Amino acid sequence: MASYTPTVSLDDPRTSTGGNGHIPPHHHDGDDFGSPFFDVRLRRARLGLVVGLTGIVMIFISFSSAYVVRQGLPTLDPRTDVLLHDWFPVPLPSLLLINTAVLLISSLTMEIARRQAARKAALAQLASVPGVSMHAKEGVSWLALTVVLGLSFLAGQWMAWRELAASGFYVASSPSSSFVYLLTGMHGVHLFGGVVALLTAGAASLLRRPADSQAIAVDVTGWYWHFMAFLWVYILCLLEFVH
Amino acid sequence: MAGSTGGGETIMATRELAAHELHAHAAPQGFIRKWVFSLDHKVIGLQYYFLALTAVFVGMFLSLLMRIHLIWPNVSLPLVGEIKPETYLSLLTMHGTIMVFFVLTTAPQGGFGNYFLPIQIGAADMAFPVLNMLSFWVTFLGYIVMLSAFFVVGGAPLHGWTGYPPLSALQSAGPGEGPGADLWVISIALFCVGALMSALNFITTTLDMRARGMSMMRMPLTCWAWFITAILGLLAFGVLFSAGILLLMDRNAGTSFFVPLVVVNGQLVAHKGGSPLLWQHLFWFFGHPEVYIAILPAMGLCSQLVSVFSRKPIFGYKAMVYAMLSIGLLGFMVWGHHMFMSGMSPYSAFAFSIMTMAIGVPSAIKTFNWLGTLWGGRIRLYSPMLFAIGFVSLFVSGGISGPFLAQPVLDIPLHDTYFVTGHFHLIMGVASIFGIFAATYYWFPKMFGRMMSESLARWHFWFTFVGTYAIFMPMHYLGMAGATRRYSQFTELAYLRNLIPLQKFITYAAIVTIAGQFIFLFNLFWSMKYGKKASDNPWEATTLEWTTATPPPHDNFGGHTPVVYNGPYEYSVPGAPRDYVMQNDPATVAAH
Repeated sequence: MASYTPTVSLDDPRTSTGGNGHIPPHHHDGDDFGSPFFDVRLRRARLGLVVGLTGIVMIFISFSSAYVVRQGLPTLDPRTDVLLHDWFPVPLPSLLLINTAVLLISSLTMEIARRQAARKAALAQLASVPGVSMHAKEGVSWLALTVVLGLSFLAGQWMAWRELAASGFYVASSPSSSFVYLLTGMHGVHLFGGVVALLTAGAASLLRRPADSQAIAVDVTGWYWHFMAFLWVYILCLLEFVH
Repeated sequence: MAGSTGGGETIMATRELAAHELHAHAAPQGFIRKWVFSLDHKVIGLQYYFLALTAVFVGMFLSLLMRIHLIWPNVSLPLVGEIKPETYLSLLTMHGTIMVFFVLTTAPQGGFGNYFLPIQIGAADMAFPVLNMLSFWVTFLGYIVMLSAFFVVGGAPLHGWTGYPPLSALQSAGPGEGPGADLWVISIALFCVGALMSALNFITTTLDMRARGMSMMRMPLTCWAWFITAILGLLAFGVLFSAGILLLMDRNAGTSFFVPLVVVNGQLVAHKGGSPLLWQHLFWFFGHPEVYIAILPAMGLCSQLVSVFSRKPIFGYKAMVYAMLSIGLLGFMVWGHHMFMSGMSPYSAFAFSIMTMAIGVPSAIKTFNWLGTLWGGRIRLYSPMLFAIGFVSLFVSGGISGPFLAQPVLDIPLHDTYFVTGHFHLIMGVASIFGIFAATYYWFPKMFGRMMSESLARWHFWFTFVGTYAIFMPMHYLGMAGATRRYSQFTELAYLRNLIPLQKFITYAAIVTIAGQFIFLFNLFWSMKYGKKASDNPWEATTLEWTTATPPPHDNFGGHTPVVYNGPYEYSVPGAPRDYVMQNDPATVAAH
């Protein structure tokens, strides 16, 4: 028999702050930045990022598993009719190490930019109070520096490809060279997406969009950027050490 | 800012403001912003729905051509002319691909999920409206690219919806494997991107945008189904995307990920060392969860409708949630059962077989809970309920052959026969389509403000219900008799020739069933204009979409956010003034 279960408890409602009702409701009592609900929007954007990164992780897991599986497969030699092991690791250009350093440094500058944007958004709130004058301290644009470093990394990867090709390793030359191009290429595409996001955030700042919107964009892109740096280190280790 | 001492009123006001603030866009004015590049989840839901509607008629037309060719092989058909064996394979490939991706994945999740998930959890929109719009348009682009494969040199590809290499990876492997196959892969990759963006939105929205009081365990089961489907999509589509990239490289960059040393038309190919099995693993790691991506939303909807139209709470709400979660989880561990034919180790096959049969447990839990909900209910047999019960029926009859096919020893003789065709059409194809029909009849009043014609809907139901059984049940017998699938003619071998009468029966049934679908199409468009005006809650259901205006305003709840006090299935509550208690109804408590 159906029974009515009174679930009404309005005095202390279960709310959906993302914690399945267990987290006490947050009432936005003035601790927000520039415009209201900064933290809600930031949390939502970060959650979206985590979910999105999960999808990207699955893409690279698939490539990694293909990489590992392919190494173990023998190939039939049509001339001799015997199964051969045809996996020969590609000697990676040492330029990749420099690129790695560039990317890791860019991750650092990105982090500074991220914190700077958050601070700016916090100060924007104060600046609106009458009588308070805020002098925006225009120092190094860490955001621009990150973009430059990111583009340098991509240019470096391009040069590494040229180096590989010059030494005779093309996309289709050997199974391992296919994977080198595939993994570096896919990573490059994803990092380029990060550069575009940073440029968009920068443009938003030039267009005088609210500081907190920009802070959210920079924050999320920042975490994405760190993830891309981590992913690159993973790919490099995979290519260098997993044979 | 509001002070923390302001009490409930202030908090309320702040929250409403929050909803307003977070609803990133104002109601658009012009036609383009309102109906084409719309950010409104409701419009995007409709766009997905109508995309799927055109796709389903294209896919159905292709199947009709195949069925006609099977029994009248020498007849020249409109639009395609003479059907050669490879033409037949093209029709088969495009039928499967369009149906699986652009209908079964698109309508239940992209269509109804987009429209009703935010409303049912009490949100003003999806978490990321711009991303939502992008996912639709990328999917749309994928659809156009897919259709364009018909019109390039060589025509549409012939490698089936599963796209197994080496056939799919070599330009020279046959007509249709040139530009047509490239377009096919690109379309699938685009679809993956759209599906990933959409999954991101669904998950974030469900986790972060529920109204006050809407705890996870108070969500309607439809929302749970969309949520779990989105998780499956997030984990599965990335894998298919990767496989697609590798396939594109094999086809165009000379790599050998999937292509071994093979001879095509007497010529050794330039590839060597790749593994066709690698594709199969990647594809089915996506492909099996895809089956649940198609069916889970229908399960959620069926749970909803069975409860609404039996005027009873759903039997075992939590069990339903956990059953869906475990179906989703197990769905990732069984992909090998599509590959028993590939010569896998008997030990792996055994493991995959056991895991596959284990899915029978949560599936049975769901089935018995549906029956338990119907049991003793005051059943109102309106058209959505008819289709929901039809869904349960198809789910059981299609599902029961699953444990047969899950056993390698039975799968090996049955795998390439019509038995499998019958099995997956019943459980994945038509069952899910019944979910889409049920959803259409159920939510049409909310979406368009008018009721669909109930008598036409009944005609449509009986045509479709009897018709699909008439089409797909005999296929099981065909399969057991050894009729191979994917053959374009059955005249060559004596034992296949003997099965032609059964094939004829299936084709006749298909023609009648397809004719029946035009009743639906007519009803859909006629009712939009001439249907009876619908009230805000014509089915006397409890969930939030029925608390708002019909059709819902741009921000769903007209400037305020609902507060949820009750679970989603409070029907026939003792002591309540009506036989249902709305989710946002605080008043009825006192009676208890």
